[in-house]
Amino acid sequence: MKRILSILLAAVLVSTALCLAGCQGGTTENKDKGEVNVFNWGEYMALGDDGLMNVLEEFEKETGIKVNYTTYETNEELYNMLKQSNVSYDVIVPSEYMISKLIKENMLLELNYNNIPNFQYINDRFKKLPCDPESKYTVCYQWGVTAMVYDKTKVKNTPTDWDALWDKDLSGQILMFNNSRDAMAIAMQQCGITPSTFTKEDVDKAAEKLQEQKPLLKKYVMDQVFNEMEGGQSAIAPYYAGDIEMMMEENEDLDYCLPASGSNLFYDALCIPSCSKNKENAEAFINFMQKPEIAAENCKYLRYGTPNTKAPDFLDDEIKNNELTFPSEEYLKKCYIFEDIPDDVYAYMQEKFVDIQAN
Amino acid sequence: MKSRKLSIPYIIWMLVFTMIPIVMIGVTAFRDKNGGFSLEPFQKAFGYSNVFLKSLLIAFLSTLICLVLAYPLAYLLTKMRHSTQQTVQMILMIPMWMNFLLRIYAWVILLQKNGPLDTALSILGIHGSYIGNTAAVIVGMVYEYLPFMVLPIFTVMSKIDHNLIEAAQDLGSNSAAVFRKVIFPLSVSQYLGGTDDIMIGDVIDKIFWTDQNVGSAISLVLMIFIFVFLVLMNLFGDEEAIA
Repeated sequence: MKRILSILLAAVLVSTALCLAGCQGGTTENKDKGEVNVFNWGEYMALGDDGLMNVLEEFEKETGIKVNYTTYETNEELYNMLKQSNVSYDVIVPSEYMISKLIKENMLLELNYNNIPNFQYINDRFKKLPCDPESKYTVCYQWGVTAMVYDKTKVKNTPTDWDALWDKDLSGQILMFNNSRDAMAIAMQQCGITPSTFTKEDVDKAAEKLQEQKPLLKKYVMDQVFNEMEGGQSAIAPYYAGDIEMMMEENEDLDYCLPASGSNLFYDALCIPSCSKNKENAEAFINFMQKPEIAAENCKYLRYGTPNTKAPDFLDDEIKNNELTFPSEEYLKKCYIFEDIPDDVYAYMQEKFVDIQAN
Repeated sequence: MKSRKLSIPYIIWMLVFTMIPIVMIGVTAFRDKNGGFSLEPFQKAFGYSNVFLKSLLIAFLSTLICLVLAYPLAYLLTKMRHSTQQTVQMILMIPMWMNFLLRIYAWVILLQKNGPLDTALSILGIHGSYIGNTAAVIVGMVYEYLPFMVLPIFTVMSKIDHNLIEAAQDLGSNSAAVFRKVIFPLSVSQYLGGTDDIMIGDVIDKIFWTDQNVGSAISLVLMIFIFVFLVLMNLFGDEEAIA
């Protein structure tokens, strides 16, 4: 009796499973709009935190396209994934110098801008960028500048320019980028070199400047800067504007300084890699990201500038008029953009930066 | 015969995850950027000899302090009642169950400006930050390695069955050793150290981004160091102590 029962049960189970599978096949056939594989920086999109919209769910609702979302930490990680693994991504968000490299190596697809009507909202400043001079491959996603964050209770003179990072009065309380390109760029500015591109001689000069700064430093940091500044452990540090905004929210003694001589204007752009299998869905996704209200939502989350000219209509005055998130046109004119530099110069710069720390 | 068959998965594991990477490091260390044979990576690697020396000095001091602290503690342990022994061993072991990065963060908070140490000492009129210097790095090292020093000395003293330890070493101490010797010191110096406390692990980490040849050469030199110490230990140490 028991055996018959179990056979019956098994039969029921199998048939339901088959039916379910069949039904599911039916439904997906009806509204199968396919999928889109998005590979973005970690914490670089509003996904429902802080009471904000989850833009991915919103996209799925509107288009019926399923989003597979994964993240990376560095441009180099993105590059290695594209180069060495078999995965297929449809949308990636590299930074300016990585875009140049990817275009040079034929790793990006040309976009069909007819599928991306929201491209019209992009500020002209962020079209035809040096890495993509004819605007064939990219739609700018977010941008920002490097700036300085300082502790009002610790500095005597209000900092105005990068030379504050060489201020002997603040000796032992200064932090510096632990990242060769950003650190070298600041030092090059101090030597009167525009750091967009540079030669090995320029690196030598900048290295000397950094060597001179080293005895005054407390530390070379990246993410640790949050603890150091929010906890009132250090007086001044260079960092990315959006992150400075976050630090200032945590500690009211902090203030920012946009260096008078200009700084680095960086941006990341939405692109489609050549391994993409869902190009049209990818274009739909890129278009959706530049819908003004969606761009505004991302801007609220990231506190980096949005290139979308209509997005500010959806932002509070507090964000819209924030000089750190949206520096003035006048200030942006003084800023420079990183361009791709030859591999050997890049390696030389990295080596010099390690030497400074080792000696 | 049967036992040999059982070891096959382990041998394959070792081959794929230990031997092949080491051989690759060895090969990469003797090449230049274009893939030809070259000794240049080593020449560059020895450009960092001051960092090697500093790392060695920190290692030496940490070991010495660990020994001075661990030996009496281990001796006291052997004199304790069995139940007390177990309690003390637990106290030594429990922190190791936590992520080591969290424990280093705890040290950052203890030593920083306005932290507990600073607050306590300011009662005596001494102010300051106790982080960002070599001493802080050594404190972190000693803290992390002390259990690794106490427990083996204790086992030797109390003549516990060594098969247990050997079994543990056969199972996983290779990867554990890499973790302790390379990854751990790297994070200690990054979090507790200042600008002058870069250690050889940091250099490998940074240089590997752009120059894998020099990175490999430094790693190889480091491995030779460790190998030399192992040989010395085998020559002069008595077998009990090494186990």
